[in-house]
Amino acid sequence: MDPSTALETHHDPHGHDAGHEHHELGFWRKYIFSTDHKVIGIQYGLCGLVFLFFGFSLMMLMRWQLAYPGQALPVIGNALGHFFGAGSMPGGKMAPEFYNSLGAMHGTIMIFLGVVPVAFAAFGNFVVPLQIGAPDMTFPKVNAASFWAFAVGGVIMLTSFFVPGGSAKSGWTSYTPLADIADKGPTFHPLFNGQTLWLIGFIFLITSSLLGAVNFITTIIQLRAKGLTWMRLPFFVWTQFVTAFLLLLAFPPLEAAIVMQLMDRVANTSFFLPTGLIVNGAVAHISGGGSPLLWQHLFWFLGHPEVYVLILPAMGIVAEILANNSRKPLWGYKSLVFSVLVIGFLSFIVWAHHMWLTGMGSAVSAFFQTTTLLISIPSVIILSAFFISLWGGSIRFNVPMLFATAFLPMFGIGGLTGIPLAFNTADLYLHDTYYIIAHFHYIVAPGTIFGLFAGIYYWFPKATGRTMNEFWGKVHFWPSLICMNVIFLPMFLQGMLGMHRRWYDGGQGWTYGAEHVWGLTGFQWNTPISWAAWIMGLAQIPFIINFFWSIKHGKKVNDNPWEATTLEWTAPSPPPHGNFIVTPVAYRGPYEYSLPGSDRDFTMQNEPVEPRERTRRKTAPEPALA
Amino acid sequence: MEIPYTISNRPDTGLWNAKIGIWLFLASEIMLFGGLFSAYVFLRLDAPPGMWPHGLLNVPVGTMNTAILIASSVTVVLAWAALKMRKYRAYWWYMLATISCGVIFLTVKLAYEWPQKFDHFGVFIKPEALEKYEQYLGNHHLGEKGLPPRLEVSGHLHNPEALKDPNVKEYEVALDPVNAYPTNPSMDRPHFLYMPPTDKIGIIEKEDVERAGMFVPAHSTYFASYFTITGLHGLHVLGGVLVFLYMWLPVSQKVYQRNPEHLANRVEVSGLFWHFVDLVWIFVFPLFYLL
Repeated sequence: MDPSTALETHHDPHGHDAGHEHHELGFWRKYIFSTDHKVIGIQYGLCGLVFLFFGFSLMMLMRWQLAYPGQALPVIGNALGHFFGAGSMPGGKMAPEFYNSLGAMHGTIMIFLGVVPVAFAAFGNFVVPLQIGAPDMTFPKVNAASFWAFAVGGVIMLTSFFVPGGSAKSGWTSYTPLADIADKGPTFHPLFNGQTLWLIGFIFLITSSLLGAVNFITTIIQLRAKGLTWMRLPFFVWTQFVTAFLLLLAFPPLEAAIVMQLMDRVANTSFFLPTGLIVNGAVAHISGGGSPLLWQHLFWFLGHPEVYVLILPAMGIVAEILANNSRKPLWGYKSLVFSVLVIGFLSFIVWAHHMWLTGMGSAVSAFFQTTTLLISIPSVIILSAFFISLWGGSIRFNVPMLFATAFLPMFGIGGLTGIPLAFNTADLYLHDTYYIIAHFHYIVAPGTIFGLFAGIYYWFPKATGRTMNEFWGKVHFWPSLICMNVIFLPMFLQGMLGMHRRWYDGGQGWTYGAEHVWGLTGFQWNTPISWAAWIMGLAQIPFIINFFWSIKHGKKVNDNPWEATTLEWTAPSPPPHGNFIVTPVAYRGPYEYSLPGSDRDFTMQNEPVEPRERTRRKTAPEPALA
Repeated sequence: MEIPYTISNRPDTGLWNAKIGIWLFLASEIMLFGGLFSAYVFLRLDAPPGMWPHGLLNVPVGTMNTAILIASSVTVVLAWAALKMRKYRAYWWYMLATISCGVIFLTVKLAYEWPQKFDHFGVFIKPEALEKYEQYLGNHHLGEKGLPPRLEVSGHLHNPEALKDPNVKEYEVALDPVNAYPTNPSMDRPHFLYMPPTDKIGIIEKEDVERAGMFVPAHSTYFASYFTITGLHGLHVLGGVLVFLYMWLPVSQKVYQRNPEHLANRVEVSGLFWHFVDLVWIFVFPLFYLL
């Protein structure tokens, strides 16, 4: 997605900028330390995609150990052992500590370095200013600082693999007291050990998302084009707006918790260590008086809104693509907007449903059960509105649309299987089993990540002026869809057998793993799951090649190849610095497809309302929905 | 390319960009300190009787620092008002006063209050040995009055080698007044004025000691919270001082000459941040010094 050619061709011919802006920026200022929201968005996107694939690779390694526990990993096992350091893969076999490292870092990297940067930072940066008709973000330098804070955080996280003892290994949730005492002792460096670096890296990531969130909200409030009122905003902008608020308000309590865990590890305080804690058979020499539960509360205060940080931008992308390819207005725009706002609010008061097993007491549980069930209502409204939007449309099944439609049932499965978990009694059994893994992966993997792929295929022409190849897009889509389901559906079965999510041997040595379901034992189900995971890794190769090949060689298209209605499609592809040739003005809502009496089946937001339309609007209250 | 509304208001929102930005940032900061203060509440409510100390901090010095911060909040408003009236000279002096207040606050904190704590020693007595040190603790007296027990003997450590050397079998402590005269009714409650350790030496055998150490973060959850929260607050003060310094230096005079409103806006948003930092201290001071 190299915008170099385009920026050069568009910069001079149009010459719309004021004279003092005309000096050419050097390579470094233009592509590396840029303050242009589009370049920053692409930087975020590329880094995020690399992290996504890296995080997925960690899981592909773990899948070997789960399917073939104790066997040496063929071909690459020894090389990996050298790469990750002595003790990680002795003789090509995965060591338990290394397995834990991979698990913790898979979660951390996928969520905080993969999905959030792509869903929020990359799409938000690239698309939101264009969709609201703004020349850039309100604070371009802060925007660049946000990216570089993210980059530093990412580098610290990656570095932690190579310090003595390896990276963090106490789960992506870093529950205390385990995380407080892990990687500590005479063989570890006081600062350069896995868990401490995890904490330090996180402080940078939180700073990054804080700067981004402030910037996004201010931009959406202040830089909307003339006439672009709140109820004319594309749904994607609304989702980003709510997401930014979640990041703004939910991350700081985790930062507080991280500062305290850092103090526990570096200054030997006991924020999260209880009195009389026994470590390695001896009472730990600590002041005590801390509370392990405190960490869980602060962590999940972020952790739950974070789930909506992951899913809301994907919903926004899917909404744009569904409306565009069904050639119909999005059904129930206002209910969608209010649902997103309600989700945003409710997501702050459901966090303790991750903590049923801690025995918080029935009054607290009752409260959080109620709020958890309440939050399913707006989620169902959104999904229903999406389905109804398809009804009666003449649907174009291009690659973005395939991913967007696949999102709907996948998110549906993920959402509906979450309802049993909302109930304390059912969750006591299912907690920490593969059922949980299947449930939330259905939401974030075939859900969110499919939404992200849809967005990449959809906005690729805006960033490059070329489309990605349709055929190879389909070669990417179908195996991914099938493999996703082969991976995660059997996990529901494994979970209902009672198989625990953190078993190092995949359940081989456990009673529950030997029980049969659908012809295989719980343990044997690991094999097809693992193979599906590896095949899905291969299925990403067409995407990677297609992505880079299309930057230079894709089919050239005009500024609005999908015949869409929102403002970003009125800018040149790729948009120059400052985005628009003519400052856009919005005259209508975002989804005026198939307007009766119009010559074309789409009417863009910047097309003035004609007098004949006005009279028709008076007689028929909602012509856009006819 | 110009970003609109950096200095002038957007008509329908009635705000310029950075003013929204700073309020959002402060909302985030409230959640950060809110997280820390809720941790304080959690830990304090969970603390067993006698495990949440009182009267260890220097209240007069804390009061002085509070006054200094409040004064600086006033001067920063005056600095902003001076810019609005286009009086750069007055602005310059008010800004200097604000920066000085910030620096004095930090100096008091880092060069006086914290080191005094690092130099103070405390010993938690094992439950079974509490009776043996009744003369320093006065728990019978406290029990009669229905007050929580004392579990710690504190003061100035006379034999610092005892901390490292296992052959030294006891700590020699120049006792704090509260341990020197534990049954004196005036010691039942913390004093407003700081009282230095007395000449009276208390001997505490190591085998009776649960934990001993200087008043550092690892000493107790009280000091862990105190150092973490005041440390983070101190970092915010430092950040504010650096920003103000930038606006006070000649670089910013150029901004003023180009568009005085621009500098006034900058001072306004950083002033808002400064008020917030002040406000956090208004919570820190009673929570740690007084309650």
